[in-house]
Amino acid sequence: MSNLNLFHYAAPATFYPLAGRLRPLFVALAILFGAAGLWLGLFVAPTDFQQGEGYRIIFVHVPASWMSMFIYCAMAFWGAMNLVFNTRLSGMMAQALAPTGALFAFLSLWTGALWGKPMWGTWWVWDARLTSELVLFFLYVGYMALVASIDDPRRADKAGAVLLLVGVVNIPIIYFSVQWWSTLHQGASISMTKAPSMAHTMLWGMLLMALSFWMYTIAVAFARVRAIILDRERHTDWVRALVRQA
Amino acid sequence: MHWNSASEFFAMGGYALYVWGSLGVTALALVVEPILVARRRLNVVNRLKRELRAEELETTAARKSA
Repeated sequence: MSNLNLFHYAAPATFYPLAGRLRPLFVALAILFGAAGLWLGLFVAPTDFQQGEGYRIIFVHVPASWMSMFIYCAMAFWGAMNLVFNTRLSGMMAQALAPTGALFAFLSLWTGALWGKPMWGTWWVWDARLTSELVLFFLYVGYMALVASIDDPRRADKAGAVLLLVGVVNIPIIYFSVQWWSTLHQGASISMTKAPSMAHTMLWGMLLMALSFWMYTIAVAFARVRAIILDRERHTDWVRALVRQA
Repeated sequence: MHWNSASEFFAMGGYALYVWGSLGVTALALVVEPILVARRRLNVVNRLKRELRAEELETTAARKSA
């Protein structure tokens, strides 16, 4: 029975109003977590003993980098769903997430460059972590270009899904790059197996910012998928009725 | 509270360019993207509305000429 329910919401006609109703909740949570995270990160967290105040870039750099990887995994998941179950919504979800993922990959590179300059003395190095993150950015751009270049949306979804599933190999490469290769980049900020080494307020500031970016991503993906649903379901009765009312 | 004055806060211990350059561009991006998405949805609705109106005009014209 629970399967039935899930597929009920996988129908664009039922997901469209659901996404619209849930979106304000995620907007509110994003603002709430973001305000709390910025407060902790900018006003409460102590100065770093090595990097002074410059380390505060961490509060956007690490969450943005995490999101750039999470979003790609989520898109690969929707791509797999699209190939296996052939549901329309899965392809639309993958497309709705792509620009936001590309944005976070860009922000990760941008804030990383601004962090690297004062700490390492360079904006950019071709080392494993930075290069694999740049490849991730190109994967997002390549996915969007591929999907946009195919006129038939269902075939675009399929081609995009294959690209997403092939590209997912890059995610563990990014994550483990700091262990596999010698690099300027520091190791993981948070480890699953060890207690975190940073001050609690720093850690909480970072986690709250990550939560805020998560909520932001859901809110903006819901908004974008609604636009995509309207466009791609434009020949259905419910969209025509909705447009007539608008 | 970590800072003694507002100017100390904005100076970020000499890292102002790097810290505010990171936070500023991130904030800008997260404000602009939702605006672009809202405009995209509005554009779709307006286009579909035009298509629907054109369709209705066509059917009434066809009915009249028949």
